[in-house]
Amino acid sequence: MSEYQNIFTQIQVQGPPEHPIPIADQHWRTRGTFFSRLVGRIGSAQFGPIFLGGYGIASAFCFFIAFEIIGLNMWASVGWSPTEFVRQLPWLALEPPPPSLGLSLPPLNQGGWWLMAGFFLTVSILLWWLRTFQRAKALGMGTHVAWAYAAAIWLYLVLGFIRPVLMGSWGEAVPFGIFPHLDWTAAFSIRYGNLFYNPFHALSIAFLYGSTLLFAMHGATVLAVSQLGGDREVGQIVDRGTAAERGALFWRWTMGFNATFESIHRWAWWFAVLCPLTGGIGILLTGTVVDNWYLWAVKHNFAPQYPAVYETVPDPATQPLPYVVDPKEKS
Amino acid sequence: MSGFIAKLVTVVTLILTGFAVLGASMSTESAQLGYSGTGMQQVAFKEDLEALVAASQAPPAFPPAASDGPRSSTAYQNVKVLGHLSTGEFTRLMTAITTWVSPVEGCAYCHNTENLASDELYTKVVSRRMIEMTMAINANFKSHVKETGVTCYTCHRGQPVPNQIWFTAPESPYAARLVGDNAEQNQPAALAGMTSLPVDPLTPYLAGSEQIRVISTGALPDGNRASIKQTEWTYGLMMHMSTSLGVNCTYCHNTRSMAEWEQSPPARAVAFHGIRMVRHLNNEYLTPLTSVFPPARRGALGDAPKINCGTCHNGAFKPLLGAQMLKDYKELAAPYVPTATTAAAPPPAEPAPVDPAAAPALGTP
Repeated sequence: MSEYQNIFTQIQVQGPPEHPIPIADQHWRTRGTFFSRLVGRIGSAQFGPIFLGGYGIASAFCFFIAFEIIGLNMWASVGWSPTEFVRQLPWLALEPPPPSLGLSLPPLNQGGWWLMAGFFLTVSILLWWLRTFQRAKALGMGTHVAWAYAAAIWLYLVLGFIRPVLMGSWGEAVPFGIFPHLDWTAAFSIRYGNLFYNPFHALSIAFLYGSTLLFAMHGATVLAVSQLGGDREVGQIVDRGTAAERGALFWRWTMGFNATFESIHRWAWWFAVLCPLTGGIGILLTGTVVDNWYLWAVKHNFAPQYPAVYETVPDPATQPLPYVVDPKEKS
Repeated sequence: MSGFIAKLVTVVTLILTGFAVLGASMSTESAQLGYSGTGMQQVAFKEDLEALVAASQAPPAFPPAASDGPRSSTAYQNVKVLGHLSTGEFTRLMTAITTWVSPVEGCAYCHNTENLASDELYTKVVSRRMIEMTMAINANFKSHVKETGVTCYTCHRGQPVPNQIWFTAPESPYAARLVGDNAEQNQPAALAGMTSLPVDPLTPYLAGSEQIRVISTGALPDGNRASIKQTEWTYGLMMHMSTSLGVNCTYCHNTRSMAEWEQSPPARAVAFHGIRMVRHLNNEYLTPLTSVFPPARRGALGDAPKINCGTCHNGAFKPLLGAQMLKDYKELAAPYVPTATTAAAPPPAEPAPVDPAAAPALGTP
């Protein structure tokens, strides 16, 4: 029994490399393949054949340009010191233009590089989307992956392009950097009165956590019935066997309701896709339609009011100050 | 089967042992400040709290001195701020200041020992102004320091230069070049809790008086153009306050709504006055001393050392955890205001305001 509860693949069966169907644009496909036992411990051991393709090459080229612009700007910001680059890497960033420049074309070093990196990264991402769509078609597959990827692109475009344009400032966009983009996220929530009260943010989180839950439930079920033939999961969609029946009964007994071997994949797909779709809507509404989510939630009666525990005080800025300040002073 | 269970038990035991070892050195203490379930809590490592208590012990007070006898202004020369004290009180305060500020260097840190009256050492000129500052804080900023007040020791802690002072950060040398501008952030920001927030979140708010509030007061857009970047500057200042006081955001804010005063703990108002106090002190006391400080004591831009929340607080929610030092040094409680009954001093041309309710004018009106 314990062999089904391992993280690693226990037995690797290695035959001749898989060379699926011939395709029309065969000439873009490399012939060589190789196997890696180490990679085979967690996934498929086979690498290749690789399909380059026009979209793929153009996308990789654009990604390389964006990566270099971001990385070299980060490196320049520590005076080209290799050790400081490594030491401070999590803090470094390529920052969007200052808000004072609005949507104008900024100087290169005051957001111009950011705009350029964003352009090439976006082109790269969109070209890779075309590739996922085109490759699926070439293999006679459905285009589910491409549309799921498009949902993620929607969130990316809302954050870095659509919302900044609607707000009239590139400075509203996210910096490229590890900690800086997280600080941006926290600042975004603070500025707009706590994103926790944004219902689309709430939906997005429900779908995010829901996705991980469904993924775990599905993976566990298939592993649990694999010695009964459940590993032939796809076949059991149309030709239900004892594995599918037992799995379904298990969930009826423990959860009361269950998916089929087919519908579980549609559940999972929609949960995953709705996470960035709803999240993107939530970001898009923030600052454009709603400016303080907490007050919005109070207005619509879904922010609970708790009993007062401590005494509160009025805003001192609305009271006469017990000292005289510079009249130019702001709150 | 048994092999698997044995492995499982081993792994679980190792993990639990790890937690136990970590837990022994990282045990925390927490205090609930608000309604249950709202996350209004303060959390701190026990180890840190013990270190804080050890570092926050006020030195014992010197025995009181007789207040009669000749005034120091007549007994000594060049006494400008403390001339109304008796020689006994004056000497007691001087001795106390020496133990608070320069216990190693002694009197000679500020005085020419051949001529104690001389102003030739810059440290004496600075000290005199700092004594005036201490009196002004205690008299005018009770909204922040209450009756506990401050003494020299609140900041100095036995050192000529307090632990936490700051200078305006120079602009990144790469901002003017073709590549590598960091927008004054995106490096480990010591003043902002080691985040990637702006590295100098103090100059705009604690020297300048830029707008700190960024959150809208209405649910829908109503012309508030505060940007995310501006929010990051405010956020940096707040991180500075949080680390200076050793508290979480929830000490002053109900984090469900950072802006709402109706939900904020009352400490937020004390902090509000603290920001204005520090700003006033930097502009009225520290910055005007710029030319008095020798270049080695100034910042990269030649500016005077300035104070921030941490200068007094030193990691404690109340400096010295609220130790009452001022009550033993009443001469620092307020600037001396001569009255008709004090025969030693000549009456002022105009009676100075003594009514505490009358707001004393600070700085340029």
